[in-house]
Amino acid sequence: MKSEEIDSALSAGTYYFSGNEAVAEGAIAAGCRYYAGYPITPSSEIMERISLRFKDVDSVFMQMEDEIASICSVIGAVWAGAKAMTATSGPGFSLMQEGIGYAAFTETPLVIVSIQRAGPGTGQATRVGSGDLMQAKWGSHGDYQIIALSPWSVQEMYDQTIEAFNLAEQYRVPVFLMAEEAVGHLRERVDVGARVEVFNRIKKPGAPPFGTDQADGIPPMPAFGEGEKLLVTGSTHNEVGIRKTDDPGVHSRLVSRINNKILNNRKTIIQSESYGLDDAEVVVVSYGFTARSALFAMDQLRGEGKKVGLLRLKTIWPFADGIIQQIGATAKKIFVPEMNRGQIAGEIVKYATCGVIPYNQTDGEIIHPHQIMKEVRSLL
Amino acid sequence: MARDLEEYLRPEIRSTPFCPGCGHGILMNLILRAIDELQLSMDEMLFVSGIGCAAWIPSPHFNADTLHTLHGRAIAFATGAKMFNPKLKTLVISGDGDLVSIGGNHLIHAARRNIDLTVICANNMIYGMTGGQVASTSPLDALTSTTMEGNVYRPFDLCKLVLGAGAPYVARYSVTQPLSLVKAIEKSLSIKGFTFIEVLSPCPTQFGRRNRYDSPVDMVKMLIESCISREEAEQLTAEELKDKIITGEFSDGEP
Repeated sequence: MKSEEIDSALSAGTYYFSGNEAVAEGAIAAGCRYYAGYPITPSSEIMERISLRFKDVDSVFMQMEDEIASICSVIGAVWAGAKAMTATSGPGFSLMQEGIGYAAFTETPLVIVSIQRAGPGTGQATRVGSGDLMQAKWGSHGDYQIIALSPWSVQEMYDQTIEAFNLAEQYRVPVFLMAEEAVGHLRERVDVGARVEVFNRIKKPGAPPFGTDQADGIPPMPAFGEGEKLLVTGSTHNEVGIRKTDDPGVHSRLVSRINNKILNNRKTIIQSESYGLDDAEVVVVSYGFTARSALFAMDQLRGEGKKVGLLRLKTIWPFADGIIQQIGATAKKIFVPEMNRGQIAGEIVKYATCGVIPYNQTDGEIIHPHQIMKEVRSLL
Repeated sequence: MARDLEEYLRPEIRSTPFCPGCGHGILMNLILRAIDELQLSMDEMLFVSGIGCAAWIPSPHFNADTLHTLHGRAIAFATGAKMFNPKLKTLVISGDGDLVSIGGNHLIHAARRNIDLTVICANNMIYGMTGGQVASTSPLDALTSTTMEGNVYRPFDLCKLVLGAGAPYVARYSVTQPLSLVKAIEKSLSIKGFTFIEVLSPCPTQFGRRNRYDSPVDMVKMLIESCISREEAEQLTAEELKDKIITGEFSDGEP
């Protein structure tokens, strides 16, 4: 493990940030030294704060000509040795998808923050949604795996941005912070510690940068300018990077490895929080902003003597299959409120051994606690 | 490839991927010759390319850091690498379809920002790798696999385009003008800022055989006859200039 503890970029203390500002500060704390982006509502405040703050920390900020250039220049900077990030929203996230697939296939560690708004299309640019979770997983062509996190508070916008960088560096994979507009524009207190745990990419001069002895291994990653004469390509490549576009074995091994390095480590990657699962008859499975309403609703219902529990998914991808299976052993029903048409409910159905009741709202508004309380009462 | 330049190639590379008669092998040679003349260290160089035949000039052949990217996006990738590590001597080598058609936006913005990159655009006036479709650089009336009755749209003048976007050094030469081209590459590598060289490179396989150039030699002869200097061009009438390609420096990098 190439983990180390470093001084926090901000002095320790309590700050009052918007979610988007906290993302910028989290990135700086994690060691982000290159940011490229393009203006888009509701994520632009991240770029604005980065543009201001990067001057203090000797880092490079580029406002590019579009989101395609943003993601591509981030990949270029990462191979030049940077920890790097971009942030966007709906339409910009769509434009980045080809670059995301390139990053996954070339095992380029980077962080993509998506402040989700109500889609599809241009949709409701200033309104909240949670409709881009499947896109985070499946947005680019071909088979690959990524890691996606779902923050529910401004504190978590800060903490999970740091975590996103660490996961990206550890697994050499694009990591997504899939926040919703409501969290991006929320203002709350954030506690910043004096020290930050960061993971720096592993370097092993001379070792192949695109293959390991293990079928699910993570190769070391050199940078341009280190004399390694690197061959980076988005075409199918062997362990040293030479194009092998007609070799079935090379393609199969590479695609399997970039999937398995995430899936086989999912128990370490996946994080969730449980409330009252032991005796719950109905378990609300929630994530992101909606989980705030779900927690309030659960507390109210518990006060009424109702046996309700809550599972909050902090990691969306890879999916928390194990804990969903466990819930089915004790609970009668799983209730899934989402600001989309059931993207995660569908995933839960794959693993749950009890009934799954989706509750979907796509009107650009948050789901309020009273809505969840009313629905859950009717299930008991 | 001349033997004295073999040290610039990866030892495991034994052949070129280009069709017989393709100009890209000559261009590969000339780029390395310029690097050799300037005594640049390959350890400090980064070669970035997009998708297409010309993108294979550096990747995987050059014995240096190479970044083979997405179609059209080479300059965006190069911008990130160069801005983060300015010590990397960064060359973008790709084709006309890649750099100008799908990637034209990145080209003009990098020129506008005056990013310290050298961009070499191998212009074969057609989409070679995908089977000879019309390009934004194909001449009027050109026969291609998607313009069987002739191209009806005007081609870009790449040098005017990049000049208009503010690049300090812009030049055009053909692979049939190797000495001038090597000098231009050397000059572009010596200038700090965005430098652009359009290199006319014959594609007998996709362009030539559809446009009555019966052999690769005929395409080379056409380039030799068409390419004239800016000075020669000044002596000709508009009618006489119709089928000519004006070569030379269009901006010499002086402030």
